[in-house]
Amino acid sequence: MTKIHVTTTVNGDPVEFLADPRETLLDALRNHLDLTGTKEGCGTGDCGACSVTVDGTLVCSCLMLAAEADGKAVETIEGMAGEELHPLQRKFIEHAALQCGFCTPGILVAAKALLERNPDPTDTEIRFWLAGNLCRCTGYDKIIRAVQDAAAEMRGAA
Amino acid sequence: MARDEIKTGYKLIGTRPNRPDGLDKVTGRARYGADFSLPGMLWAAVVRSPHAHARIKKIDMSKAMALAGVKAVITRADLPTGLTGEDLNLQDNTLAGDKALYDGHAVAAVAATSALVAQDAARLIEVEYEILPHVIDVDAAMAPQAPVIREGVADYSVPEGMHPNVSRYIEFGHGDVEAGFAAADIVREQTYKTEATHQGYIEPHACVGQMGEDGRGEMWVCTQGHWYIRRMCASVLGIEAANLRVTPSEIGGGFGGKTTIFMEPLALALSKKAGGRPVKLVMTRSEVLRATGPTASASMDVKLGMTSDGTITAGQIYFRMQGGAFPGMSPIGEALPCAFACYDIPALRHEAVEVIANRPKAAAYRAPGSPMAAFAVESLVDEMCRELKLDPIEVRLKNGARNGSKSSYGPVYNVIGLQETLEAAKAHPNYQIPLGPNQGRGVASGFWFNHGGETSVSLAVGEDGTATVSVGTPDIGGSRASLALMVAECLGIAYENVRVNIVETGALGVNEPTHGSRATFASGKAAVAAARQAIAEMCRRAAADWGIDPEAVEWKDGAAHPAGPNAGKFPPMTIGEIGAKMGSTGGPISGHHEVTAEGVGASFGTHVVDVEVDPETGRTTVLRYLVVQDAGTAIHPAYVEGQYQGGAAQGIGWALNEEYVYGPDGRLQNAAFLDYRIPVASDLPMIDTVIVEVPNPGHPYGVRGVGETGITPPLPAIAAAVAGATGARIRSLPLSPPKVLAAIKDARKG
Amino acid sequence: MARVHLWASLRRFADGLDVVEVEAATVGQMFDALERAHPGLAPAINAGLSVAVDGEIIANNRAAPVAPNSEVYLLQRLKGG
Repeated sequence: MTKIHVTTTVNGDPVEFLADPRETLLDALRNHLDLTGTKEGCGTGDCGACSVTVDGTLVCSCLMLAAEADGKAVETIEGMAGEELHPLQRKFIEHAALQCGFCTPGILVAAKALLERNPDPTDTEIRFWLAGNLCRCTGYDKIIRAVQDAAAEMRGAA
Repeated sequence: MARDEIKTGYKLIGTRPNRPDGLDKVTGRARYGADFSLPGMLWAAVVRSPHAHARIKKIDMSKAMALAGVKAVITRADLPTGLTGEDLNLQDNTLAGDKALYDGHAVAAVAATSALVAQDAARLIEVEYEILPHVIDVDAAMAPQAPVIREGVADYSVPEGMHPNVSRYIEFGHGDVEAGFAAADIVREQTYKTEATHQGYIEPHACVGQMGEDGRGEMWVCTQGHWYIRRMCASVLGIEAANLRVTPSEIGGGFGGKTTIFMEPLALALSKKAGGRPVKLVMTRSEVLRATGPTASASMDVKLGMTSDGTITAGQIYFRMQGGAFPGMSPIGEALPCAFACYDIPALRHEAVEVIANRPKAAAYRAPGSPMAAFAVESLVDEMCRELKLDPIEVRLKNGARNGSKSSYGPVYNVIGLQETLEAAKAHPNYQIPLGPNQGRGVASGFWFNHGGETSVSLAVGEDGTATVSVGTPDIGGSRASLALMVAECLGIAYENVRVNIVETGALGVNEPTHGSRATFASGKAAVAAARQAIAEMCRRAAADWGIDPEAVEWKDGAAHPAGPNAGKFPPMTIGEIGAKMGSTGGPISGHHEVTAEGVGASFGTHVVDVEVDPETGRTTVLRYLVVQDAGTAIHPAYVEGQYQGGAAQGIGWALNEEYVYGPDGRLQNAAFLDYRIPVASDLPMIDTVIVEVPNPGHPYGVRGVGETGITPPLPAIAAAVAGATGARIRSLPLSPPKVLAAIKDARKG
Repeated sequence: MARVHLWASLRRFADGLDVVEVEAATVGQMFDALERAHPGLAPAINAGLSVAVDGEIIANNRAAPVAPNSEVYLLQRLKGG
């Protein structure tokens, strides 16, 4: 099957790759671009482990074809920290908001997208925003607390 | 090695430092099962039976083999014959033989140059099936008319005259049960059912396997126990264990489901057939749900006698469980001793049968058997408390096991914390909050034995006075941090100066998996012993340098000191100083310890939950949730709390939503996270925790495993709370809205 | 002689006895003596058993001591998730 030439930006870097028309953005990130921080937990858009942003919109990368990323700006977990961790990343470690850590990249990407829209969310708003990100280990308690603490710090810093 | 005399005054134990693997895990750098790749690697896909029970008449691989990029196809004919017992069961589950035994049973596998080509090739493999009658339900599977799934599954324990699907039988007890019931004011008997649930780890099973024609191979795999992977793959493939080197990846959750093999031998067999090219095999979520270890489904009769003041006089249970199409997989052997483990009851009778059914081979799931048993027994205790208008915590305090009680299953409890958890629950503010309309409160206790197991740990002192610890128990929830804390405490050095690595099968003696709540207990116990061995050697080196007797040297605060004024006057020699010159004082300094760890401390917990039930829809909302559990000593309290919260959340899912739903054709109808609905963030409240600490005398720092007990009380506690909110007692899980709504309507008719 | 308590469904392999008295200084010797006295118990012993010796659980240790007057309970082999 003929492959599609895709030109896109990932975490600010220009990238090109050849995608099978059936491949998802998640497949392309993991298998063509070696960005394995974005995880596949279900492949059906139910677990959120593959969360990335595309032109600022939070998406499940398993539900988007790789070819659709052409000309778009993709942000993944690998682009979240600069020289220092993003406050969300730091607070997740401090609050023990991860156990196995597999859902963590997707939850961090989703939480960052939330705080960009709503810097002062209620617990309920966080819970509903993250309802598409499954975590089987933590019961979510420490995740909610970590997001709140990061949000407070980011508000204070602003 | 018994517990230290020092009970308090720890410098590091009980603190909450950042976990050492945290940075990798928040940046996406941590490598999980599917994140590993090798040059020349192929991708695999598996062909699975769409039928619950079918004879495999023919497999035509010609079209698949003809597809460009396909490098190997295997069926059962490619695996060795002559296996017996559990090895044969593992092989039968890896690839079906004459018959497919459940929807999702692997039939063939293919390796190709890309994942897409492998999937295309799998679709080109043509399998001809003869569909056979199937059975799904646990009670139906042992009914006289049930189809016989496999001949000869009964082990020694099954009495004659039972259905051929019955594979195990257990009976035990003590005391005069009939006399106990006669002494009771009320005797009640009910039947409870729980459906199969899945561990639901977010990371699907994944591995990369490589094996040459000489039968030597390597594997990278997400697993709770890589020595188990090695032994099981070697058995299934007929190779020697030493020829297979297994390296564990980071693991994205396991909860018992990653203590065994499901598809790992396929990657190795495909690799061998493809000329030794490495093969990556990653399950889809649908494959995980259809073909990897759910827990058992259960049908349970319970009978209890109680006096009007709440004294339990006798108990009797008869449990029936199915653990899939393979014998020995249901947790009847654990469920029975767990059932009354929280109580001290003078007369008990336990009986259970295991039956096979056309479902996937069950695997362990967090406190295997205990949640179902608790649902049955704790629910009936709660029903009788409500009938007699007795406080459920007071009744448990009155009848609950305590230090020196003889347990329901034989041993005597030495030092346990059940009573302390009950007292803490009673005193907690959550237990006093007034309830509103349509709200109810449930209480239940839970138990897990905890486990020691085969453990091998090495520790090496660095030239700069740091310590590297090699352990064989994969870190599934922060155990690197808890192990580093214990070793740092023991050596008297900074937490940051201890690095804990999870090493491959070639680097240590055999380790059991991270299961049975054993990683912090058993690897911790061995790591402390290894550290003490290193300390003894460091004291010898200092003694030699000082020219005094090694017994005259003591270790404190990370340095060797002369023990008292008679030993001589020398300045302390730090671990850094000893490490720096160890090459010239006798060579490398290390410690090593291996043991089948005994001395586990039994684990008890008590949960209190408040729910509100919408009488119009039957939907249950968890308003507040309290977990009280004895940790022995909480090494890293944040991760102890995490275990409590995570266990509770899984139990809440089991109670309210999760179940395997089969159609009349025996196919699993909800093999996706959309339909197999685990709790999401908006389903749950904050989960309050109280860590009770009754130190375990069998561990140097008093540790009890904390991983499993927390999943046990939620099932009965939530059912009790729903009963309180609605007046309707539901004796089968899950408490899904339609079921609750129907029960509310029935209760109104009542 | 140590007194070994069999769980109820094992008794039919031991002539109906609920307690078997054996001469043994260790758990391993206890298993071997049990099997010699009642060969029908071999499948159960080979399947793997844990024991409680005078109240203390011995999950898997043949060398664990058994005293002449010990009370031993046989248990299903304990493991976990």
